[in-house]
Amino acid sequence: MSEETQVATREPQNVSTRSAAAALIPPVDIVEDETGITITADLPGASRDRLEIKMEGEHLLIEAEAAVAVPEGLQLLHAEILEPRYRRAFRLSRELDGSKIEASLKDGVLTLRIPRIEQAQPRRIEVQVE
Amino acid sequence: MKGSFTRFSSDVFPDFERLQEQMDAAVRNFGISSGIRAGARGTFPPINIGSTTDAIEVVAFVAGVDPQALEVSIDKGLLILSGERPAAVAGAGEHKTVYADERFVGKFRRVVNLPDDADPARVEAKYADGCLRVTVMKRESSKPRLIQVQ
Repeated sequence: MSEETQVATREPQNVSTRSAAAALIPPVDIVEDETGITITADLPGASRDRLEIKMEGEHLLIEAEAAVAVPEGLQLLHAEILEPRYRRAFRLSRELDGSKIEASLKDGVLTLRIPRIEQAQPRRIEVQVE
Repeated sequence: MKGSFTRFSSDVFPDFERLQEQMDAAVRNFGISSGIRAGARGTFPPINIGSTTDAIEVVAFVAGVDPQALEVSIDKGLLILSGERPAAVAGAGEHKTVYADERFVGKFRRVVNLPDDADPARVEAKYADGCLRVTVMKRESSKPRLIQVQ
């Protein structure tokens, strides 16, 4: 068996186990300006140590686990949030610098700043008159 | 008749809900714009309600709301959570392009009907990591207790 086929058989398995573990898709705002993209995501109940932001190739993956301190013996009567996990992935385009992402988390809101790479910053091109 | 009706409702509706969730996920994965309140289907903020022998616990998932701007009140057996979430100021530049605008913005108000054994005089509210947890104690008289046989 060649290495390539191993990779090919392994990948779909990864995908299926990933989607099998249920997670909420957090609502996001995505805004782009001249210097980069800002992603804002609602992750209530997530703290810094239960939040993971990963770059896998050109994919940006946000994963977080929500934890709310509740007393023992709690019986759930009504639930609108059933999965205490959040997951969302984005494919970044080439002009964005995945290595310089800045992240901050406050009151359950994650803000990610993804800058454009230097060469991709907009610049005025002088029109030359001959 | 009644039995089959209840079985129908409990079997089909979770399936329908799952289907709707999958549809939502599929639409989002294709990058097609979905509703402004997508993710948390229905109203903002989502609420979970639980009960222990001593208290009723209400958790509201209010990410990004300043705890000072949250109002918790009790009126005639109703727990009312209200507040406002400001619009996010994302990106500083002049030429902004908005690709997704799914997060809730504006005033919200949620009302929870408290059970009869809730004691409106003993309520505690805590806020951490975007979650508001309200603990309403139960009346002493309603707690299960052992009766001494004389």
